[in-house]
Amino acid sequence: MKKSLNLFFYLITTTLLMTSCNNANSTSHKSGALNSSAAEKVYVAPGEHDEFYAFISGGFSGQLSVYGLPSGRLFKVIPVFSQDPEKAWGYNEETKPMLNTSHGFIPWDDAHHPDISQTAGEIDGRYVFINANNTPRIAKIDLTTFETTEIIEIPNSAGNHSSSFVTENSEYVVAGTRFSVPVPQKDMSIKEYKGNFKGALSFISIAPEDGAMDLEFQILMPGFNYDLSHPGRGKSHGWFFFTTYNTEEANTLLEVNASQNDKDFIAAVNWKKAEEYIKAGKFKTVPANYAHNVYDEHTHTATSTMKKEVKVLDPAECPGLVYLLPTPKSPHGCDVDPSGEYIVGNGKLSANLTVHSFTKMLSAIENNKIDGEAYGIPILKFEDILAGVVEQPGLGPLHTEFDGKGNAYTTFFISSEVVKWKLKTWEVIDRKPTYYSVGHIMIPGGNSAKPFGKYALAMNKITKDRYLPTGPEVTQSAQLYDITGEKMELLLDFPTIGEPHYAAGCPADLIKPRSKKIYKLEDNNHKYAAKSDADTRVVREGNEVHVYMTMIRSHFSPDNIEGIKVGDNVYFHVTNLEQDYDVPHGISMIGANTSELLIMPGQTETFVWHPKQIGVWPFYCTDFCSALHQEMQGYVRVSPKDSDIVLNWSLGED
Amino acid sequence: MKTFGKIILFLNILLLISCGGNQKEKKEQITIGKKSTSVQSESPKPKAPTKTLPSKKIDLKNKGIGPIKSVKLLAEIDQSMVSKGQDIFKKMCMACHKPTKKFIGPAPTGILKRRSPEWVMNMILNPTEMVAKDPLAKELLIEFNGSPMANQNLTEEDARAVLEYFRTL
Repeated sequence: MKKSLNLFFYLITTTLLMTSCNNANSTSHKSGALNSSAAEKVYVAPGEHDEFYAFISGGFSGQLSVYGLPSGRLFKVIPVFSQDPEKAWGYNEETKPMLNTSHGFIPWDDAHHPDISQTAGEIDGRYVFINANNTPRIAKIDLTTFETTEIIEIPNSAGNHSSSFVTENSEYVVAGTRFSVPVPQKDMSIKEYKGNFKGALSFISIAPEDGAMDLEFQILMPGFNYDLSHPGRGKSHGWFFFTTYNTEEANTLLEVNASQNDKDFIAAVNWKKAEEYIKAGKFKTVPANYAHNVYDEHTHTATSTMKKEVKVLDPAECPGLVYLLPTPKSPHGCDVDPSGEYIVGNGKLSANLTVHSFTKMLSAIENNKIDGEAYGIPILKFEDILAGVVEQPGLGPLHTEFDGKGNAYTTFFISSEVVKWKLKTWEVIDRKPTYYSVGHIMIPGGNSAKPFGKYALAMNKITKDRYLPTGPEVTQSAQLYDITGEKMELLLDFPTIGEPHYAAGCPADLIKPRSKKIYKLEDNNHKYAAKSDADTRVVREGNEVHVYMTMIRSHFSPDNIEGIKVGDNVYFHVTNLEQDYDVPHGISMIGANTSELLIMPGQTETFVWHPKQIGVWPFYCTDFCSALHQEMQGYVRVSPKDSDIVLNWSLGED
Repeated sequence: MKTFGKIILFLNILLLISCGGNQKEKKEQITIGKKSTSVQSESPKPKAPTKTLPSKKIDLKNKGIGPIKSVKLLAEIDQSMVSKGQDIFKKMCMACHKPTKKFIGPAPTGILKRRSPEWVMNMILNPTEMVAKDPLAKELLIEFNGSPMANQNLTEEDARAVLEYFRTL
């Protein structure tokens, strides 16, 4: 008790000292000359393109946003674990299955860690993966269309936080559970947590040709909290590292009870070994229930399949599969340098940063220097594997990224700063304040063998006075630093969608040339597509009515429909016949209990309308498409249930 | 001198614009407010236009602006190309063009009696620039209520097949 009180006073004093220190720094840096050069560095002239893409997660908005760097301009918000009325994502009939889970339709989640696919350790710009924390899922966003094309649910997992990071050749995207749970789930006393709950680490394979995901296997670990993870690379390729906290296995008041142990662990998982065990049949197949949702670019339609089992490995029965690396005080971020040698454990309650050496770890394993075990998993000795310690760099370290020039950049939440330090010498080189309470930091390519060490992007949890106030809820924000010099330079504050949790970035040239312009009509295999005017029609099947409609500048075909009755379920299947870049059309129907559709050239989308009242009801194009956009409209006549008006439709007939 | 030239050019543009306005077909009288009924009433006969509409103008010299510089038409019509062209026309063009009657855009019937084959293909392949720069295409845009000709991203081969189909209309 006394000890923790002491620590508390120490923290307070240091915070005060650092805060005052930061203030002094920030005022001295507000010189005019510096500001103008910062402005030039982030200025991208009208019509010119940014040098980098930044994919910044939307945190609790469930989305992924696309920004340009260095300008900080927002280009697109991609719905992932969310419904988006602008794009009809999660509202139209085609994408609703994407949000299916074993718990039914879930239109929201907490999206945290985007990671770009890699080839040979370098960012390849093909896909972004991102995790859903709350109802565990991993999504894949295709960077030719900038749309979510696959979502896989993760069974036996809860608070899917140490996710979604890819291995060196995108062999796997890896997901670890933050909360341990009974596996399989059962009705039991919460007090029996210790020794009974399990933490699953999931390895999802990525097919090289089309990126198709499949849950290959899970490793059932002790009931710790698995906080973050990163892949080994180069010499440590084939390993994956996970930070843990709550090695106390507390089930209540974790704030206190999970902060008791001096050291928790980084779990080093040899996934090549796991593959060998799987091949040798050393796994158990256990029943499970999880959704696998795939969007097909040619049918423009998603399907959801429930999967019923998963292969699991028990590390106690698989020697050499997992080793535990003691790491001080509830390590949060788990970051691996570009060479793959150094594994940084950002112990959030620790005064120092701990860096482990992969080479030393291997030699400790080889020489069988085991210090103990946890549930049959060997624990290595802290001193045997330690590469170095960065002494008292700040308060509340969270995450570290690398510039590829031998430097590391760590964020400090409590002292609100980014600290630059040197690998191998472990000396602090520079520190700059953030405004305020920074979480993650991102250097384009920072989680790969080849970072592009020009900019670092800090993502803040608090902004307070930095922007015009907008009521109790103020904007979320990111800050851009120039990291090309010895000292970092703050260039830009910019607002982001909330919450900017983590980001992945890469040079624009990796993505730009492959960005899709249109969907080819001839490749459209949508079940209800009307690919030319001759295909347009209205078909009644009982009280279900299917409208096969087309749109082109600037009319719908058909645009007059009669013979619809109150109580019908009217499906509008609308195909955009345009084959030119950037000519989407929208459609909305008065009284439809859903969003508009926003349909790209060559694409088909569907909404359902349940007419409840007789009358003549208009629909119109929502996306300003041409000088005659206001003329792009139509009418549907709704008659009483017992009406004998025959179904008929037309365009341009008197 | 240069400025003077610019002023003249500007005045000419103004003249052209006002000219374009005058060319619009004049209706006999305004008939707003008349209730429409389900019984078909006789539509008023349009008065013969005093000036030639752009869609009726004949200009076989203008090749338009775009990738097509010269097209050789053989005396005999290539029937396999015609059926391919007709198929493409149905899929990509029919939303706005009916073969024999005015719809959103003009009908292609007899087009090669009024336009050069190069102009037709450039209008298909490069409509945005044509409508902005080609004098005939600019006038047509006005005649057809500012409804833009959509670029349907046809290949040159496809556009050539459509042209062959037009020869049969």
